[in-house]
Amino acid sequence: MLKSRIIPCLDVNEGRVVKGVKFQNLRDAGDPVELSFHYQDQGADELVLLDVTATRQERIAMLETIERVRQKLSIPLTVGGGIGSIEDAGRLLNAGADKVSINSAAVRNPDLIEAMSTRFGAQCTVVAIDAKKHGEIFQVLTRSGTTAEAIDAVAWAARAESLGAGEILLTSFDRDGTRSGYDLPMLSAVTDACALPVIASGGADSVAHMVEAFQHGAHAVLAASIFHDANMTVREVKLKLAAAGIQVRND
Amino acid sequence: MIQIINTGVANIRSLQAAFDRLGCTWNLTVSAKEIADASHVVLPGVGAFAAAAESIDQLGLRNAIIDRINQLDSATLCICLGMQLLCESSEESKSAKGLGIVPKAITRFGTGVKIPQLGWNEVRPLDNGPYVTGEAYFANSYRLETAPEGWGAAETDYGGKFISSIWRGRTLACQFHPELSGTWGESVLTQWIEGITC
Repeated sequence: MLKSRIIPCLDVNEGRVVKGVKFQNLRDAGDPVELSFHYQDQGADELVLLDVTATRQERIAMLETIERVRQKLSIPLTVGGGIGSIEDAGRLLNAGADKVSINSAAVRNPDLIEAMSTRFGAQCTVVAIDAKKHGEIFQVLTRSGTTAEAIDAVAWAARAESLGAGEILLTSFDRDGTRSGYDLPMLSAVTDACALPVIASGGADSVAHMVEAFQHGAHAVLAASIFHDANMTVREVKLKLAAAGIQVRND
Repeated sequence: MIQIINTGVANIRSLQAAFDRLGCTWNLTVSAKEIADASHVVLPGVGAFAAAAESIDQLGLRNAIIDRINQLDSATLCICLGMQLLCESSEESKSAKGLGIVPKAITRFGTGVKIPQLGWNEVRPLDNGPYVTGEAYFANSYRLETAPEGWGAAETDYGGKFISSIWRGRTLACQFHPELSGTWGESVLTQWIEGITC
């Protein structure tokens, strides 16, 4: 049986991890290579690096960061943020990413999902969906949540699947940063409508939140602050998940 | 020197990095002579069965790969799609011709499970093999259903059992990605590099 995955996420800007990271045993808590290795050592099942830079020069710095992280990492690495074309995706894969996550560009141009899946395979084509509750539906947001699209997230996930995506990274804009738990109704709606593995993201502040997400169909949970603030190590989280009956990898 | 067959359709940076961490030198090759002569060869693979099989034929590598496994028993590691390519055919692209070293056909996972299988799953050797039971990273939609005669095998559960790895002599084939499977995956690579025979 497939294990439920725990995926720490690092936001990277100009080759440095941003958002307060408060590890005590690290010489340099802002170095993505050191942090990635640290999480791997704690038992992380995968890592996500999110490029939050805006300029072209900084994007080139991101490629060097990915190369350095790859050399140290023996678990899968997903890279997302600002990917606009199949060439962008190819550069990230060549630098050492195992999966590439596309978001706004996929909404603008859904054919990009199909092109990536055909060229690189479904297993490395991740479609990231940011959404918030809007009346009766969950509305898709793009451009880091600044633009509301006239698209239902549930229908969009199903369409991404039909276009060849291999995985959905589903972030609740309502819950992100609130520490009030994942958006479970949205998670259930998407996992019911879409046969792909879904990574739940946004709102986690406790192991109980992660247990709820797995019980509502998530195959993996993404978390940032719960680990960065050193409230809990990945290993501690996995032990508690196992005690709650969730099957996790015991590395 | 480990020769990694570069079919051009696989993402092999993770594999190169894994060999770097183990202190092994590697080279990317499309040379039939290098494949025939090398102490160690890796047939990697993600992507489509047909594209990889066509690439092997266009590069003229088919016989070199078959001979080193069937005649020479030289150390050969086939990863993910590389394992599927050992078989005769795949449901993924019925007209494409695999290497035919293993007389089996690859099929798609059945209904009732998420496809692709993406994540960590347990690998259990059924025969005395090159590694102990461990957890490995998988990214596949197709699989080998039953073990071929004359090969050792490991099994994994995903909507029923499938064969997640096979081995014979110095050939090891893994449906999972040892290069992405943490310290257990590194131990699998080390066993192969050090020349286990089963």
